[in-house]
Amino acid sequence: MSTVAATAHAVHAHHDDRSFVRKYVFSTDHKIIGIQFLFLSLFSLLVGGVLAMQIRWQEGFPGQPMPGGKLLPETMASGGVLLPEYYIELVTMHGTFMVFFAIMLLLVGVYANFLIPLKLGAHDMAFPRINMASFWSAFVAGILMFASMFVPEGAARAGWTMYTPLSARHDLSGSSLGQELWSISIIFFGLSSVLGSLNYISTVINNRAPGMTWFRMPLSVWALFITAILGLLAVPVLAGAAIMLLFEQILGTHFFDPGAGGQALLWQHLFWFFGHPEVYILILPAMGMVSDLVANGSRKPIFGYHSMVFAICGIAFLGWIVWGHHMFVSGMNPTLGSTFMVSTLLIAVPSAIKVFNWMGTMWRGNIQFHTPMLNAIGFVAMFTIGGLSGIFMAATPLDMFIHDTYFIVAHLHYVLFGGSLFAIFGAIPYWYPKMFGRLMSDRWGKVHFYLTFLFYNLTFFPMHITGMAGHMRRIYDPTVYDFLKPYQPMNEFISISAFLLFATQIIFFVNFWWSLFKGEKAPLNPWHDNGLEWTLPSPAPHGNWETPPTVYRGPYEFSAPGVSEDYLPQNRKLPTDREPALAPAHGD
Amino acid sequence: MTWWLPPQASTFAAPIDWMFTAILIITGITFVLVEVGLVYFVIAYRNRPGRKAFYTHGNTRAEVIWTAIPAVTMVILGLSSNGLWVKIKGRNSVPANAYPIGVHAKQFEWWFTYPGADGKLGRVSPELIQETVNPTGLDRSDPAAQDDIVIRNQLHVPVGRPVVVTLTSEDVIHSFYVPQFRVRQDAVPGMSIRVWFEATVPGTYEVGCSQLCGMSHYKMRARVFVHTQAEYDAWLQQEAAKAKGASTS
Amino acid sequence: MRRIGSVAAIGAGFLVCALGSTPGAEAALDGATVTGKVKFVGKAPGNPAIDMSEEAKCAAKYTTPPHEPIVQVNANGTLANVFVYVKTGLPADAKYPTPATPVEIDQNGCLYHPRVFGIMVGQTLAIKNSDGILHNIKALGKKNRPFNISQPVSMTTNRSFTAVEVMLPFACNVHGWMHAFAGVLPHPFFSATGTDGSYSIKGLPPGTYTIEAWHEKYGTQTATVTVKAAEAKTADLTFTAK
Repeated sequence: MSTVAATAHAVHAHHDDRSFVRKYVFSTDHKIIGIQFLFLSLFSLLVGGVLAMQIRWQEGFPGQPMPGGKLLPETMASGGVLLPEYYIELVTMHGTFMVFFAIMLLLVGVYANFLIPLKLGAHDMAFPRINMASFWSAFVAGILMFASMFVPEGAARAGWTMYTPLSARHDLSGSSLGQELWSISIIFFGLSSVLGSLNYISTVINNRAPGMTWFRMPLSVWALFITAILGLLAVPVLAGAAIMLLFEQILGTHFFDPGAGGQALLWQHLFWFFGHPEVYILILPAMGMVSDLVANGSRKPIFGYHSMVFAICGIAFLGWIVWGHHMFVSGMNPTLGSTFMVSTLLIAVPSAIKVFNWMGTMWRGNIQFHTPMLNAIGFVAMFTIGGLSGIFMAATPLDMFIHDTYFIVAHLHYVLFGGSLFAIFGAIPYWYPKMFGRLMSDRWGKVHFYLTFLFYNLTFFPMHITGMAGHMRRIYDPTVYDFLKPYQPMNEFISISAFLLFATQIIFFVNFWWSLFKGEKAPLNPWHDNGLEWTLPSPAPHGNWETPPTVYRGPYEFSAPGVSEDYLPQNRKLPTDREPALAPAHGD
Repeated sequence: MTWWLPPQASTFAAPIDWMFTAILIITGITFVLVEVGLVYFVIAYRNRPGRKAFYTHGNTRAEVIWTAIPAVTMVILGLSSNGLWVKIKGRNSVPANAYPIGVHAKQFEWWFTYPGADGKLGRVSPELIQETVNPTGLDRSDPAAQDDIVIRNQLHVPVGRPVVVTLTSEDVIHSFYVPQFRVRQDAVPGMSIRVWFEATVPGTYEVGCSQLCGMSHYKMRARVFVHTQAEYDAWLQQEAAKAKGASTS
Repeated sequence: MRRIGSVAAIGAGFLVCALGSTPGAEAALDGATVTGKVKFVGKAPGNPAIDMSEEAKCAAKYTTPPHEPIVQVNANGTLANVFVYVKTGLPADAKYPTPATPVEIDQNGCLYHPRVFGIMVGQTLAIKNSDGILHNIKALGKKNRPFNISQPVSMTTNRSFTAVEVMLPFACNVHGWMHAFAGVLPHPFFSATGTDGSYSIKGLPPGTYTIEAWHEKYGTQTATVTVKAAEAKTADLTFTAK
């Protein structure tokens, strides 16, 4: 059977008579939900960035009035000079917005929703209405978190990590309603995450097209699947802790109050038991998508597909037993310092395997440097730095010195920005045609990549140096300390690089919005990729396929011998292919 | 301004810095391999007309090698680091003759209690805390507390002698951090945590609070004075005399 | 004329240290006046010394080592920093206009000036930082919503109170020795003693009043006074050393 006929058979625009509200607002279509998450998360990314700019102003130029600072109310900035309590709110909200509402929603909310059914050959998620609830609870969470910045006494003030007793005691932090809104927002966010995870897991297990065996799934889907399991098990711990914190804040419970039988460290154990799997939630989908992008860009199969799957599982499994490495100097039993050190050092191994496999994929490839591939290569290069810097802090005696310094800030930004965000900057233009039917400008995508890469390194690499010098985190004015005064010029340099980095993102945002209306109309398969989504029109129609496609091979058959093109779609039947014996699972 | 680590002023600094250097070498080699490799691949394997990629799904031997080498390296690193960790923070790590100093953290000051002539710190009780008059809650009825000296934001230690700090917090989590000593320990309300160090170089240093503790966290600074033993004894005598005379205005 | 005069007196009176008696706000033109001295009997206890060595900018403002002014006995045997106010006797439904002029409290030399003061419900408290270094003001109200704010540079922040509270303590979290006390009242009939130990409450309508004197260490003393229209009466109060 020829490809064309198969495609025509599989795609059949069926009559769609939903109202505007049902189609675009309260939609159960996984693709629309993915796009809704995209707008929510891009907005949150912008909010997080604006907060970061203010942090960097203060850090680089302490005591000086911020441009535009006079527009802020007196409770935030006096005469344009940011107040210390506002600075702590900025730091808290920057972390909160970026971790939860930007990166997590971009990686999981957008791409788990958008890609999983498409890449598996399913009509939609297993539970479309629960999926819709997942978006709207995230939306409510976002509104609450955003509003918390504008209530009397301002936003929460204990860092995104919310350590107790500071976060539980209004009299000690100076913030009241904002702190409570943080807890409530996180509870809604937890609900959203769990509802989403249920769907992603069920769909991957049950809704695969005929021939789509486990080991023919793309690595992006594997990563999103494993991430969903992590989320299902870890996020409720956060939600539970947030509920306990809320009770402490408004009902006067004493979970975390040592004066009344509670324990301050309880929060840290709960938070980091969630928090460490959380950071793997923040990187695994990025790694999965990067695998798709690197294979496509190199025109070669992924090197070591099975190892890559096991590495994803290994990272996820080990991720459960390393949380104490955030607490080496917390006052917990020092013996735990030894055990957590070993598990933490071991988790470097599956990450290393992945980096070598990506390099193996590029080795002897025929590399196309489109924007998604550039960003994917950027990911590999920068994630390597972030991962290697993690080894320093895994060594417990050394962590005694670099804990809570800018060395940690450098590490987390190298993995979250250099890692996850570069992956996102690759994923967005890559699947944009399937979302919106148009292409983003590749030329401006390249300009954005090169400038972002430059300014990003200029911003975050020096933080390793200031961290080595002992520069503590979250301090409003480093010049209070004699040992930090000599580093103030470096702080200024970092700040100016950060401002340029932020300005560069304008290119991305303009490219994104402009292309929605004026972008070149996209063909079916602009990247010559093998995944099932590329057999659908751009944008993909409601319900995806009339009849699910049949899958004959894995997703990375690039430059396969015996085929004239350098790609070979999963559903293209060659004379040598056999029909799959049984559909792997039913549930359409 | 140095691009390297701060000056070494305690017995912990040299081994910790050595560990840093060792890890820097290991990660540096990996860094060079990966980044140079990427640059080379990007140039050597860029697409050119008529080129075809080499179709392969992987190489098991390569997988084994690049799994085994990192794994073995990490295990060795872990085992060799543990000894130092136990020496610094282990339950039995505090040297027997360590000089005791009490460090009480509160929003946003450090209060240091010196044991006075008897070399023993008196009992403290949170209920006895009173601003200005008794900031650390020293129980003056305890004989060991009679000669204790309480000073705000100044840590004085003798050089070349182990010091054991008993770290307490009045309100939220703070963290006692002296970069040149490479010492850091969180102060947790409800816990009394011992942390020890031995200063090696006389001079002035700083304590910075290293755990976000509220809006004035950045200002929670104390100065550290490392004296020769003779200077230290003289200073302690001076403070004891001041404390005696301070009860009348 | 007297109104302008008393407004000017308030403005001058709340700068830097408490100088002389500090009259209450907006007095009625034909009101009675109650004045007196707050005496101290016995040996004055020593005030604790303040170690400002780690706050160089403040330490530099003192030629002799500063002490926390808890018990300030004046040369004439009177007590400073005593808050004297009308506790009972005013008509239950009486309403007094909130003055537009703010009450100022200044942080200078890492001490609050004045240490003890009165303010009306709804009146603006201008919290001034003359030191140019970080102060972290906590108002530890029980009837009023507490606040916890910082002033990293020389600046003034305005706040006001909604409930009657005698006394509302202030503290600085960065300088634990800094304390102040505010008497938040619904009426203007209050005064705090200064270096001459005298107080003055003006503009009282005729009636019988309980005058209470509050000191942070010695508690309260009361006196009962009956005044006729525009009468001037004296009522002294005495605190004894324990």
